[in-house]
Amino acid sequence: MISGAASNSGGILRQTLLELLRALVAVAAGLLLGASLTAIAGENPLNILAILFRSAFGTPWDFGMSLFYATPLIFTGLSVAIAFRAGLFNIGAEGQLTLGALAAAVVGVTATGVAAPWSLFLAVLAAMSAGFLWGGIAGVLKATRGSHEVITTIMLNFVAAGIASFVTLEMFRNTETQNPETLPVAASFALKPLTMFEGAPTTVAFFWGIAAAGVVAFLLFKSVWGFGVRAVGQSEPAALVAGINVRRVQITAMAVAGAVAGLAGLGEVLGSAGRFRLGFSADYGFMGIAVALLARGRPFAVILAAILFGALHKGAADLDFETENVTRDLAVVLQASVIIMVCADGVWDAIRDGLRRRRSTAIRAESAG
Amino acid sequence: MAVSPVKSTDNALPPAIRCIGVSKTFGSTRANEDVSFTVERGSIHGLVGENGAGKSTCVKMLYGLYRPDVGNIEINGRKAIFSSSTDAIAAGVGMVHQHFMLSPTHSVLDNIVLGAEPLSGWSRFLPAAFRTIDRVGARHAITAAGKAYGLEVPLDAKVETLAVGVQQRIEILKLLYRKAQILILDEPTAVLTPAETAVLFGNLRRLKAEGHTIVIITHKLDEVLALTDQVTVFRGGRVVGHVATRETSAEELAGMMVGRSVKLSLEVVSGRLAQDSSPILSVEHLTVVPRKVSTGDNTTAKPVLRDVSLAVRGGEIVGVAGVEGNGQRDLFDSILQVDRHLWQTTGDIQISGEDGTSGGRGRMTTARLRQTSLGVIPFDRHREGLLLEASARENVILGYQALRDNHSKVSVGWFPVLGSRVTRERAAKVVQEFDVRPGDPELRSGALSGGNQQKLIFGRELVRDPRLILAANPIRGVDVGAIEFIHSRLVAARDRGAAILLFSSDLDEILTLSDRVLVMYDGAVVGEFTRKTADRARIGLLMGGGVVARSGGQ
Repeated sequence: MISGAASNSGGILRQTLLELLRALVAVAAGLLLGASLTAIAGENPLNILAILFRSAFGTPWDFGMSLFYATPLIFTGLSVAIAFRAGLFNIGAEGQLTLGALAAAVVGVTATGVAAPWSLFLAVLAAMSAGFLWGGIAGVLKATRGSHEVITTIMLNFVAAGIASFVTLEMFRNTETQNPETLPVAASFALKPLTMFEGAPTTVAFFWGIAAAGVVAFLLFKSVWGFGVRAVGQSEPAALVAGINVRRVQITAMAVAGAVAGLAGLGEVLGSAGRFRLGFSADYGFMGIAVALLARGRPFAVILAAILFGALHKGAADLDFETENVTRDLAVVLQASVIIMVCADGVWDAIRDGLRRRRSTAIRAESAG
Repeated sequence: MAVSPVKSTDNALPPAIRCIGVSKTFGSTRANEDVSFTVERGSIHGLVGENGAGKSTCVKMLYGLYRPDVGNIEINGRKAIFSSSTDAIAAGVGMVHQHFMLSPTHSVLDNIVLGAEPLSGWSRFLPAAFRTIDRVGARHAITAAGKAYGLEVPLDAKVETLAVGVQQRIEILKLLYRKAQILILDEPTAVLTPAETAVLFGNLRRLKAEGHTIVIITHKLDEVLALTDQVTVFRGGRVVGHVATRETSAEELAGMMVGRSVKLSLEVVSGRLAQDSSPILSVEHLTVVPRKVSTGDNTTAKPVLRDVSLAVRGGEIVGVAGVEGNGQRDLFDSILQVDRHLWQTTGDIQISGEDGTSGGRGRMTTARLRQTSLGVIPFDRHREGLLLEASARENVILGYQALRDNHSKVSVGWFPVLGSRVTRERAAKVVQEFDVRPGDPELRSGALSGGNQQKLIFGRELVRDPRLILAANPIRGVDVGAIEFIHSRLVAARDRGAAILLFSSDLDEILTLSDRVLVMYDGAVVGEFTRKTADRARIGLLMGGGVVARSGGQ
């Protein structure tokens, strides 16, 4: 903050570093806040943080699990980020990922004849199409009827859950188990766990996430479409005068956001589970909002933010076993406190202003004395 | 802590306002540095300076919205430490903001007492929810104040039904009702017709005669000369001059504001019409009615444009004069086809020589228009002209993103990609040719001063040599130093044969630049003048809705 006052114009690099620092401070503050809550439960907060870290990054298997949890969050985080850039709030990533995963499973169950590389291509295409459609519906409603996308996407989440139940239980039900799940996908669709993570169910889907971030960054920052998206997000009147079709941007941005969210479930449907299980998503769609917020809508920062939340998820799982008083619920509190700190933008500004005021008061006192 | 007005019988009254070495810093910007000046009691004091010179920051400190980092402010000889505008009002300092702080759906009476409601009788002892306003008492008090100062307003009318000049009078009355002795007015004439301005100045002079002190912030130097007793000039956050109005001139003040001598009025010779004098833009019998999209009901809507016809030929500037909100914006939007689905239009708009018109007006969209040879300077620089979070490099393609010469070679027909080298070169060219400072194309556009933002927009639109230019309020909020630059570029474009339709609420600007002047009132063109016949008084009358005989009018 003090160095910020010294030089007036910063380069892009410096700006990026500042934002990174800002995110790190927010995360650290959230972890500290959450951990200090465990002190109420009679635990040593430092010990809790150590367990968290060890459990998330300790061994290749631990790290693999963290990445496994991070994978869907990359996609949902990107999805929310795309909508953010267009000035839209996509609460519907949950529904979009549900239908995307379901579509991939249906293709995996039915298209048994398709051979290896093409089968995956087909599954990805199916998942993206389902998400594209589901996001696009909210976009069309917004653009043509002015329906607020927050309301419509929440409602579409319920509809998607209903469709998923119907298709799973009535059309592709796996009768060999008592679980509400579809039949397993054909072998040509299955993703194998990567060996470097020593048994963790992490698949190549994680790297698809990284590739998706690259594609999204290209779309947003290099293409004319992305220019329109960002223009609409920054100022709709400016976009109108510039001849950008605001309604088309709203529809396509929501549809593309949906397509990206549709990919979130692939790692599980084609990987660890090998089928579509009802309720498999641990609120990935909603966590994606936190991921996108922490990343401030930047595609590559989404990867880092997703890994952070994946690691928290994995680390929290072990707290239950390794401590006496901390349960899984407290781990959720920990995650929540990180999210609150990340979202508390104003707090950061208030602290900075407070410091500045103290400094200027000091100067005033000096000059008065 | 607040100060109360001093009742003194002493002849040597302390000055109304005294700033002593006041500094204020925001982040790395020094908004005010060592600002000292004195406002004598019972005087009208002008604060002038370019945008960003520090006038507003200084006034906000006087009014309790900011606190000085260093230095003292004295009101009536007492040290004032305001932590809110409530403290300022209590000390007798009131402010009329540029955008009025009135509730449009409430009555004038309610607006005046809002926040300082007199409570009736015993109800003041009840919990807040049960207290009632003593409207009868308030009415008496306000009427008395209005009579005393010649500020008469209809107390029972709803604010939204009143003219802007009347609303401003309500704002002033609101302060007087709160017993303000010192009135600060921020750009009070920006929204007024010449006639309303004259009334305002009369009111202010009367207030001064009654012993009030008035501080007026303005860009318009002729108003400073006409109204004030003393002037303080700001530049770069500092006070650079303090002069008695009697002893100065517009040129001297402008020179102090900019720091070099400035040519104030551009000498503009009439444009020479292009050889082919058929109009480039022609609007015929255009009537526009707002359409309620959701219900499809438009029976009750009042037209925003009524039978507007005009033509602009190559090599001329046609100025549209009028008080804001009389249809200029709607005309601009109609020509640009912005938000077309919200309007129901009859009449015809033709832009000649462009393939854009070949499909007829029905199929014309903003997107297609923007690909023709058209330059657009929108009304609201911040909301419509720029993406403030984006760099100059991105802003120079805003509006031209669909043009192929901005695209990279890797583009696919239906999915174009921006060419980073082309856009970087264009940004560098605009920044250099139009003298945008600081000249870093990667800098966030929101960080530029108003004048430089406008130069960036002008650069973007003029660098392509458009045949038709729609320019709205080109110098609003622009530094004095940049005005001459912007106007001369506009005139140069005209001399190269462009047709220019100029919208401005600044009559001086219209009269200086225009070869022909149209006056708009209530959605209709109510008068037309040439450069020779343009008469300030008659135009002013028409702008205010006055009737001047015009053949075939209405």
